[in-house]
Amino acid sequence: MSTPTTSPAPALPHLPPRANRRRRVVVPVATGVALLALAVLALGLGDYPLTPVEVVSAFSGQDGFASTVVLEWRLPRVLAALAFGAALGVSGALFQSLTQNPLGSPDIIGFSSGSFTGVLIGMTLLPALAVPQTVWALAGGLLTALVVYALAYRRGVQGLRLIVTGIAVTAMLQALNVWMLLRAQEEVAMSASAWAAGSLNLVDWDQLLPSLILLVVAGAAVRLVVSPLRQLELGDDAAAGHGLRLEPARLGVLVLGVALTALPTAVAGPIAFVSLASPHLAKRLVGGAGLPLVQSALMGALVLLSADLIAQHALPTALPVGIVTVVLGGSYLVVLLLRGAGQRR
Amino acid sequence: MTAPDRGPEPGHDHPGLAARRATLGYDRRVISRDLDVEVPDGSFTVIIGPNGCGKSTLLRAFSRLLSPSTGQIVLEGRSIHEFRAKDAARRIGLLPQSSSAPDGITVRELVERGRYPYQTLLRQNRQRDEEAVLRAMAATAVTQYAERPVDELSGGQRQRVWVAMALAQETPTLLLDEPTTYLDIAHQIELLDLFARLHREGRTMVAVLHDLNHAARFATHLIVMKDGAVVAEGPPAEVMTAAMVDEVFGLAAIVIDDPLTHTPLVVPHSHAHGTLD
Ligand SMILES: Nc1ncnc2c1ncn2[C@@H]1O[C@H](COP(=O)(O)OP(=O)(O)O)[C@@H](O)[C@H]1O
Ligand SMILES: [Mg+2]
Repeated sequence: MSTPTTSPAPALPHLPPRANRRRRVVVPVATGVALLALAVLALGLGDYPLTPVEVVSAFSGQDGFASTVVLEWRLPRVLAALAFGAALGVSGALFQSLTQNPLGSPDIIGFSSGSFTGVLIGMTLLPALAVPQTVWALAGGLLTALVVYALAYRRGVQGLRLIVTGIAVTAMLQALNVWMLLRAQEEVAMSASAWAAGSLNLVDWDQLLPSLILLVVAGAAVRLVVSPLRQLELGDDAAAGHGLRLEPARLGVLVLGVALTALPTAVAGPIAFVSLASPHLAKRLVGGAGLPLVQSALMGALVLLSADLIAQHALPTALPVGIVTVVLGGSYLVVLLLRGAGQRR
Repeated sequence: MTAPDRGPEPGHDHPGLAARRATLGYDRRVISRDLDVEVPDGSFTVIIGPNGCGKSTLLRAFSRLLSPSTGQIVLEGRSIHEFRAKDAARRIGLLPQSSSAPDGITVRELVERGRYPYQTLLRQNRQRDEEAVLRAMAATAVTQYAERPVDELSGGQRQRVWVAMALAQETPTLLLDEPTTYLDIAHQIELLDLFARLHREGRTMVAVLHDLNHAARFATHLIVMKDGAVVAEGPPAEVMTAAMVDEVFGLAAIVIDDPLTHTPLVVPHSHAHGTLD
């Protein structure tokens, strides 16, 4: 059997260590440490302030009331910020890679509008079904994604068409949402609007646990789409030439990306810009090829936890965290656009 | 090099890559109808033809990116669409006409992506992957840039990196779509010499080239296309004639003997100076 050989190939050369190697370790570790410190700070802040030492000892459960405060009241919220932030960060990286466009994140394409539509349908049109709000939000988000995918499909789905279709569908859904809110009873509208602002205020263990479990499952599934995603980055022809089946791969990435946005949205409402900004920040910090998924998760957690701290404690009145991320993320986007404009003169 | 323990099964000495009455096209637009064309095993086949005549379309069909609406593409005696995607990708490598390097990717990372057909969910033979990557980089002389970002390289270096990625795929057949376009003449020859070497080492090479003289010099087998059809094929010495160049490219030319390689050399007439005869 004459296998094609490449040159007489004696000893293979030795390669230099991989570029960026240190940065790829140091940055995630440093982010992790920052997250831990911020989490301890967040667990100590509130009407019943605790020092970091007290927070840590509260975990051992010895200190009755402090333990209740930390473990029952504050921990779910902090965990939610970390897990939801990470999910949104990864979701953003998946979508931006898929669409090959830094604006192709799920909040711009607007799957959260679909989730809101789901919630509104559940609350105003079909309250008799007594299906939990979370389920409506998930169903709305996923259904919107599938509709967008189907509308954008023409012998395969291409990035920009997906984004433009998403924006168009979002505009229609938003009109529908307003109409449903207007004809809803006042208290229903109030509660729906509170959800729509995006807040971690009401997160408790009962709500958090199921979505944490689902997020872990989705996070594990992300591993399966990493190398297909890296192939898609090479362009369709090269990827398919390497034996990637393009549309199943794209659909897989899309479904996971939607799930990672829809799960947090279902519990906390739409939280904008975390999925847009985290992958950019992550890429800036670690460099490398494509969008770094792990670092995007870490940055998402950092952004959301910081934003929630600001939302709760920085101002005289507590705000929904969604408003803080809109302000922070919006400013970041403006800076990016100005820089981009500056580079192009 | 020892025979691979995994990958192409016996019979891969005879890829027998061919189109059998294949109709190729996009949506409802037919580019090639009932195309019958064969890539001789072990050949360095060069496809020439005017822009838009369907050369890329044929390569895309050969590499499974496009399925014929009627007829079939055969490989190793059966329809190429009967192969699982990754199995086909272990037999046929493609350097597409256009691809994009993700920004910030290093040479080595890009070449490593050529190993995708060998990666399955459960197993990844890292040792073998790494050896294939090192060999591919050595063969294309890009080892010294291994850790440099691809977008910092010159055009010629970058093209060699893409070739390395296709080589890392370790396929007995390699399809190259306009690999030399946009390169300066020295880099074109350098790359063609590399292809000739890969051919001598046992690969079946198929390349789309624009330069007729490069085609005549390097090909062992020429396929000439026009409007989606194959209008001539065979050894360059037989195929590359003034009549063919006139008919296919609408260009008046004389064909003389290349003093260096004794292959046909096409010398076009220039409209500005009138015809010579
Ligand atoms: N993706 C596509 N969709 C529709 N038409 C295409 C597509 N790609 C190529 N074509 C058309 O098919 C014809 C042949 O194209 P191609 O095979 O790329 O030619 P060549 O490589 O010989 O220049 C051209 O007329 C081109 O416009
Ligand atoms: Mg072409």
